[in-house]
Amino acid sequence: MSDTFTFTVDGVEVAAEPGQTILEAAQNAGIYIPRLCHRDGLEPAGACRVCTVMVDGRPQTACNFPASEGVVVDNETDQLLELRRDIIDMLFVEGNHWCMFCEKSGDCELQALAYRFGIAAPSFPFQFPADRQADLSHPDIWIDRDRCILCGRCVRASRDLDGKHVFDFVDRGPAKRIAVNAEARLRDTDADVTDEALEVCPVGALMKKGTGFDVPVGRRTYDWEPIGSEIEKRQTQE
Amino acid sequence: MSESKTRRIVINPVTRVEGHGKVSILMDDQNRVTQARFHIIEFRGFERFIQGRPYWELPVVVQRLCGICPVSHHLCAAKATDVLVGADQLTPTAEKMRRLMHYGQFFQSHALHFFHLCSPDILFGFDADPAVRNVIGVARHHKELAVQGVMMRKYGQEIIKATAGKKIHGTGAIPGGINKNLSIEERDTFLADIDQMIEWSHGALELAKGYTVENLEMLSDFGSFPSNHLSLVAEDGSMDLYHGNLRAIDADGETIVDQVAPADYLDVIREEVKSWSYMKFPFLKARGPEDGWYRVGPLARLNACDSIDTPQAEEARKEFMSVTDGKPNNITMAYHWARMIETLHAAEKIKELLNDPDLQGEDLVVEGERRSEGVAIIEAPRGTLFHHYKIDDDDRVVMANLIVSTTNNNVPMNRAVQRVAEDHLSGKAEISEGLLNHIEVAIRAYDPCLSCATHALGKMPLVVELIDHEGRVVERKTKS
Repeated sequence: MSDTFTFTVDGVEVAAEPGQTILEAAQNAGIYIPRLCHRDGLEPAGACRVCTVMVDGRPQTACNFPASEGVVVDNETDQLLELRRDIIDMLFVEGNHWCMFCEKSGDCELQALAYRFGIAAPSFPFQFPADRQADLSHPDIWIDRDRCILCGRCVRASRDLDGKHVFDFVDRGPAKRIAVNAEARLRDTDADVTDEALEVCPVGALMKKGTGFDVPVGRRTYDWEPIGSEIEKRQTQE
Repeated sequence: MSESKTRRIVINPVTRVEGHGKVSILMDDQNRVTQARFHIIEFRGFERFIQGRPYWELPVVVQRLCGICPVSHHLCAAKATDVLVGADQLTPTAEKMRRLMHYGQFFQSHALHFFHLCSPDILFGFDADPAVRNVIGVARHHKELAVQGVMMRKYGQEIIKATAGKKIHGTGAIPGGINKNLSIEERDTFLADIDQMIEWSHGALELAKGYTVENLEMLSDFGSFPSNHLSLVAEDGSMDLYHGNLRAIDADGETIVDQVAPADYLDVIREEVKSWSYMKFPFLKARGPEDGWYRVGPLARLNACDSIDTPQAEEARKEFMSVTDGKPNNITMAYHWARMIETLHAAEKIKELLNDPDLQGEDLVVEGERRSEGVAIIEAPRGTLFHHYKIDDDDRVVMANLIVSTTNNNVPMNRAVQRVAEDHLSGKAEISEGLLNHIEVAIRAYDPCLSCATHALGKMPLVVELIDHEGRVVERKTKS
């Protein structure tokens, strides 16, 4: 395309088209910029800040910052890696994430990022929030708010892909939580087990009922390769 | 008890057992034992904190109460969830994969207990120098045996990994079935070594048998007492470690209950609470709390079953029963011999299963009509294990009750402690380490898992205290 331009990520020249974000262009070039609230196919939100990069020396979220010609992007500096590690670390202690019996273990993006960043155990004190109610009222789907990281993927997927608006956030600060579009329970919404919203949850917060451990250890998404490998392989193949 | 000069001996913790417990012995002014108790000082909260969680988490969460026999809890919880999802008949692949996992667990758990925990006592003597009387001493003086112990454990653990996904705390058993089959490559790896495992099982069996027979006179009195025996048996009365119905017999072999379905366990079992232990005291309802206590585990299983369905273990069983003329064996130390017969049985079953093409089947899960209550019973290496759950309409667990093997053996272990204390400690002014080890030897015979029976916390130095009637520590010895 004639409008194609280039910029650099960690010194590597990356081609981009107008309208592409830094994250998209880097990803096409086989460069993985860690992310949690962002998912391909959903509108970027810039909520989790895990994809923060330096654009000409200023911190920006790569998922929603447009690529432009000649900018210099830093992705894997010691400072950025430390900042991202701290964000992931804080997400663990802010909720009640017990990987050892979580059915999302091995398929969880938060857990996979922790492994990628070498977080063996949280370095911040656990908050142990006690008010996170699980909702098992729906016959096929359940919400475990203990594990919600407030990424908003389900909010966007339900609104933009399913056209339903089943989920949204309520309250602010530490009390902020995911709520359903009904008086109280998920069963009173029009959520369905085939909804895209169910597929996009990066953690074990929104799941299909009764199927959690169907995939054996060894065949789960991140059992053998770290998160981001599928993107980095593009670079190797080319 | 004497009011003036009672003294108290505390063994805390008891060593070479799984978990943390202590023994306290009260002696009067004539150095006579007036009371001996085995206390479980850990606390288990699983029945409470599983409430509110969805039922399909049960096999994965509840097994976390133990790192030694998680497979038993994993499978027992999975069997209970089978009931909840209406899976009354699993597919052959699912049932056989679970059985393979279970026999792998038996094999490694029994090997661990015999080689690592028990063998120092029988190889070196109960009162041998503790610096030698340990697993390092076994490795130094009986190298071949130590290596066999390690390799047998490894074999069992690899079977667990191939069936459950992980060696500890796997996820293989799911409500209504299993999440993987056994690949041809995995099968061939295990088949290559199984004959060696059977041979080594024979070796360990001969050691346990030889020790028991040679020392029969001494062992017949050591921590022994008549008791009832409880275990699962198959419909034809043979030994079945994975599935079956309850049978209880008394010390003379008379049947108390037989072929009681797991769902009806509350019709025959009751539990009593005592103020001095976190463990409950189960008993057979038909005999009441005073006389209804019973033993579980290898000894009880050998006593309760009519036969074993693998030829070499069956031969060994007949030999075992001939020592007591076909009557129940009530010798505490005979647990070791019985345990090694089961180890051989597990190895034979593993070989039988590995040669079964059903393990490569693709049909893994079934379900039927959902239920709100599920009970399952399994024979764990240490004895009969009960899991009982109720769920609400939203699939949440609202009630959980676990009766674990070690809880079932609570009264027998206390009896054994009392008996050994009376026989070996009474009348002695000086209580040596070797004498105190006699108490632990009797407890070890039951292979108690105190983590299961309660829940493990903390580290484990050995502290022995002599305390006078006013609570003053007269003497204190510590071994880390």
